[in-house]
Amino acid sequence: MSLYTLLGAFEIGLVFALVALGVLISFRILRFPDLTVDGSFPLGGAVAATLIAAGADPFSATLAAVAAGAVAGLVTGWLNVRLRIMDLLASILVMTALYSINLRVMGRPNVPLIAEPTVFVALQPGALADYVFRPLLLAAIVLAAKLLVDWFFSTQAGLAMRATGSNGRMTRAQGVNTGGMVLGGMALSNALVGLAGALFAQTQGGADISMGVGTIVIGLAAVIVGENILPSRRLVLATLAVILGAIVYRFFVALALNSEFIGLQAQDLNLITAVLVAIALVLPMLRRRAAGRGGAR
Amino acid sequence: MKLAQSLSAVAGALALSVSFTAPAAAQQKSVAVTAIVEHPALDAVRDGVKEALAQAGFVDGKNLKWQYQSAQGNTGTAAQIARKFIGDKPDVIVAIATPSAQAVVAATRQIPVIYSAVTDPVAAQLVPSMAPSGTNVSGVSDLLELGRQIELIRQVVPGAKRVGMVYNPGEANSVVVVKQLRELLPKSGMTLVEAAAPRTVDVGSAARSLIGKVDVIYTSTDNNVVSAYEALVKVGNDAKIPLVASDTDSVKRGAIAALGVNYRDLGMQTGRMVARVLGGERPGNIASETSSRLELYVNPGAAARQGAKLPEALLKSAAKIVE
Repeated sequence: MSLYTLLGAFEIGLVFALVALGVLISFRILRFPDLTVDGSFPLGGAVAATLIAAGADPFSATLAAVAAGAVAGLVTGWLNVRLRIMDLLASILVMTALYSINLRVMGRPNVPLIAEPTVFVALQPGALADYVFRPLLLAAIVLAAKLLVDWFFSTQAGLAMRATGSNGRMTRAQGVNTGGMVLGGMALSNALVGLAGALFAQTQGGADISMGVGTIVIGLAAVIVGENILPSRRLVLATLAVILGAIVYRFFVALALNSEFIGLQAQDLNLITAVLVAIALVLPMLRRRAAGRGGAR
Repeated sequence: MKLAQSLSAVAGALALSVSFTAPAAAQQKSVAVTAIVEHPALDAVRDGVKEALAQAGFVDGKNLKWQYQSAQGNTGTAAQIARKFIGDKPDVIVAIATPSAQAVVAATRQIPVIYSAVTDPVAAQLVPSMAPSGTNVSGVSDLLELGRQIELIRQVVPGAKRVGMVYNPGEANSVVVVKQLRELLPKSGMTLVEAAAPRTVDVGSAARSLIGKVDVIYTSTDNNVVSAYEALVKVGNDAKIPLVASDTDSVKRGAIAALGVNYRDLGMQTGRMVARVLGGERPGNIASETSSRLELYVNPGAAARQGAKLPEALLKSAAKIVE
């Protein structure tokens, strides 16, 4: 495996770390099973790519993508809180609608950015190779997002949001507007996913309507792998864990891509990735069991 | 502590795979091929590339190191495969279908890239024009010249005025065809009636929505439509609407006629271009190509079922008559 492969896995892992942070907020903190991400990820990519291709400055285009993601999350939250549509179904409805909306936004199924200025091109220092600079910039963005999420969930509003997820009735009884908390949390979660989509489109050559397929699966896998690597109830560690989970997941894919030496072929890729993730999930349990047996003796 | 252990386990696994990557012999050429998804047409392209390379004297396992990766439909994986290939530094990267080609072209400006089965490489920003690009990219497009397709529709259904088309609005290749047909058909006194099938299961209902509104249904090489062509055939047979396709395999499945790219030939054309690059030519000096050979498949049985009569001239010019 080459340095380029490793940096590539790191780079794409960092992009999906933002998705994992979003999924952590919806699934874990709010306990809202949210599939909107399969639509808000390509929405972020579509908005950013279309604006950049139309001549907009890549930074404002990326911000617009974040805003678009937040709106998508708000709609899901609104369908659930105000119209009382079941949470999972509300998110499926928005995800389905976003497919058409993304086509509308782009005007075609694919908007290339190969020959356009992106944030990575704009900030590229001459001294560094692009494949080194991209993961560095992404790492800075992910770190900033993590600190922002950590900070927010330590404020009064953030604590109320966490309480909403763990015990809604109790929180309402304390005078917290739990509906508003769900709306805010969903907006924050999908804003992060929209940002991920915008950065993904800018690192990999353009936005494509199919880029959202399976985003939620990767996001959830990252969250769960992360929680296994670094189990903690402290939010500061939980956000770090899901970021590590997303990167480790991508290293597993890289490993699966390099597995021809054991006689595996291209079509086995998803299987190998799944097996590797399953091993990562089971290892800590086996170790606990072994440790437990040792202690009994 | 636990974190350190887990990470060291991952690092160990990575190190293991590094040690297994054997360095290629100096005189050996290497070609890395990637496609966005497994699909009969895309697999045929891949096999065609390999066959043409073998004919040009580059044999896998002897003097050629051949590697193939499919992204299994995931653009994130496509990007990661692109990065892996750049790291492997093959002599040529072959990228099949638009998303894979974009991921590879976005990732390298140095390693020669030959794309294939991309309908509109200029719109996808792979090359600035079909002329020699001056960059590290060239390749073969599978764009069909639509004038000949319209001619075929008129030969199968001489009085056709309204042409129905079922397609996936999420597929770049199909949208290119629809846009061009919207402009071209009125010039021949025909109009286009569109029916969207965003998922494979929507193909049947999209086709049914066209009953009574069209004289013929034409389809491009749309992945959804090709996957669920039987649903279209059922509507065509029941409602007596003639079906004209662009994918020659669809004729065996019940279309009346198709004038299409033979994807194995397209792959061989791509492979010959790859061989030129392996021989020392720069991709920037090679013009992008479109498919040089189209094949006509006809199915007289389907014509009878769908209420059309095939002219003798058409039957004579067919490369293959499906009974």
